[in-house]
Amino acid sequence: MLQDKDRIFTNIYGQNGADIRSAQGRGDWDKTADLVKKGRDWIVEEMKASGLRGRGGAGFPTGLKWSFMPKESDGRPHYLVVNADESEPGTCKDRDILRHEPHKLIEGCLLASFAMGAHACYVYIRGEFIREREALQKAVDEAYAAGLLGKNAAKSGWDFDLYVHHGAGAYICGEETALIESLEGKKGMPRLKPPFPANMGLYGCPTTVNNVESIAVAPTILRRGAAWFSGLGREGNTGTKLFCISGHVNTPCNVEEEMGIPLKELLEKHAGGVRGGWDNLLAVIPGGSSVPLLPKSICDTVLMDFDSLKAVQSGLGTAAVIVMDKSTDIVRAIARISHFYKHESCGQCTPCREGTGWMWRVMERMASGQARPEEIDTLLKVTKQIEGHTICALGDAAAWPVQGLIRHFRPEMEARLTRAMEAAE
Amino acid sequence: MSVRRLHSEQPAEFTFSLENEAWADAQIAKYPEGRQASAIVPLLWQAQKQAGGWLPEPAIRHVAEKLDMPYMRALEVATFYTMFNLSPVGRHFVQLCGTTPCWLRGADDLKAVCRKLIGEPGEISADGALSWMEVECLGACVNAPMVQINDDFYEDLTAETFEALLEKLRAGEKVMTGPQNSRRASEPEGGLTVLKGDL
Repeated sequence: MLQDKDRIFTNIYGQNGADIRSAQGRGDWDKTADLVKKGRDWIVEEMKASGLRGRGGAGFPTGLKWSFMPKESDGRPHYLVVNADESEPGTCKDRDILRHEPHKLIEGCLLASFAMGAHACYVYIRGEFIREREALQKAVDEAYAAGLLGKNAAKSGWDFDLYVHHGAGAYICGEETALIESLEGKKGMPRLKPPFPANMGLYGCPTTVNNVESIAVAPTILRRGAAWFSGLGREGNTGTKLFCISGHVNTPCNVEEEMGIPLKELLEKHAGGVRGGWDNLLAVIPGGSSVPLLPKSICDTVLMDFDSLKAVQSGLGTAAVIVMDKSTDIVRAIARISHFYKHESCGQCTPCREGTGWMWRVMERMASGQARPEEIDTLLKVTKQIEGHTICALGDAAAWPVQGLIRHFRPEMEARLTRAMEAAE
Repeated sequence: MSVRRLHSEQPAEFTFSLENEAWADAQIAKYPEGRQASAIVPLLWQAQKQAGGWLPEPAIRHVAEKLDMPYMRALEVATFYTMFNLSPVGRHFVQLCGTTPCWLRGADDLKAVCRKLIGEPGEISADGALSWMEVECLGACVNAPMVQINDDFYEDLTAETFEALLEKLRAGEKVMTGPQNSRRASEPEGGLTVLKGDL
């Protein structure tokens, strides 16, 4: 188990103050200028060496992403955009960073922006997080007052402005190009790539979009060194991670743990175990609603990191662990997720706009026993027609939970539908 | 996608108060010259607040003019983003999260409370105090089930605590925001498992 001395977010529960003096007491803003003075290349190389993979769901290496930005400006400004549009069902970690550890995020914004040649950063917070937005704005105001933002930020010699922006309730704006569209004042509809944001992003300028957690861990990584971070977890899956444990556990919570912790240990150490004991477990969605669920047999031994979960045809996603015990109507649980994607599809691509609604309607019929068993194959076929056929990954994200359900619970689905048919006859 | 249409009855006009006008100018200043359209979501949001929780058509028009945008572009934004209420809501507008993590922990019980005390989704209670709708994940899943009422989250609810909360709001009494049990935030109930000592 991760020791407290290796935890990055030492105020994640807000047990101490979120104000700048308390944050400085925890080590934030300590000699930030010295880190900047080591230079852009040093920062990017150190981030690469740390092995940090983006914490927003896709797990793309953060340092590598930063290295995609042009080394020299061609006259266009560079931008860092922080994705705080946290909306993946099950996920509520960035909320705690915004309200309890805002200075880690702000300091990370300065360091990341410097490393990418950006003098301005926008933090895009989901519209519903009103109090969290106020908390971040308060911290930004404190940082400006202390000379840590603005001209010669933190005496680093780098001019840097940070602006807090917000959305208004659209999950799709968590997709990086939709977020950029939204930030430009349009409907949040994802863009075709290429061009990638690093070449043509916000206002047509080089832009990098990073998740809140990826940016907020950067100052600690740079201060303690890539070797410290990469020494935690295992190769390709290094460091610590905020896990959000929800659903049928005794004490749901957020907790920072080492990457690669066994799922069972995570649930039993921090969340009081599965309601009714481990044997009462039915299934777990290990990384937010978009990833396929895992039945108990896999949960018994699986490790919580990118590669281990990929190996069992699921994913770490945002590390939002949704636990379902044996009392759960698993078909209805996934049908509700299908409703989510139907509601949140932006409507741009036909396979997703039409497919999410179609899948939801069929899932509802499956849940209520109105469908015929052979429709399971039709449903599976349709998920394959959506997956990979849309501009962004929302189509995939809508298809995977249904595929996961059919993969692991097909006998239960068939039994339910057969029973309902027999009862009707 | 969801179908969203403007309300059938609209006020004749809308203009920002002087205070909001100044606030809007400060928002626009966050974005580069000529990129004032970026401020549309914050401005529409402020307009909704000024109009009492919903966004009338003249307000959309006013914001479009303020930002020098075609009206159509502003209308697209207003109808795309679901936090813009296109018809009136109660003084206390309850957004009840019904997505799977909240559903697993009893969101249906909370819906039953809303039906009992308020009515169907979208209906405003006779005294104008309350209205509700089911929304998608609000991002407080480890404190499920939860609702958002106006600007605040109310978490770790049960049917009983939720009913008491709504009655208090209706009576104009002060209420506690955040978790409605012994928790203060996202820590496990009944004692920390990490970060117990001084650091």
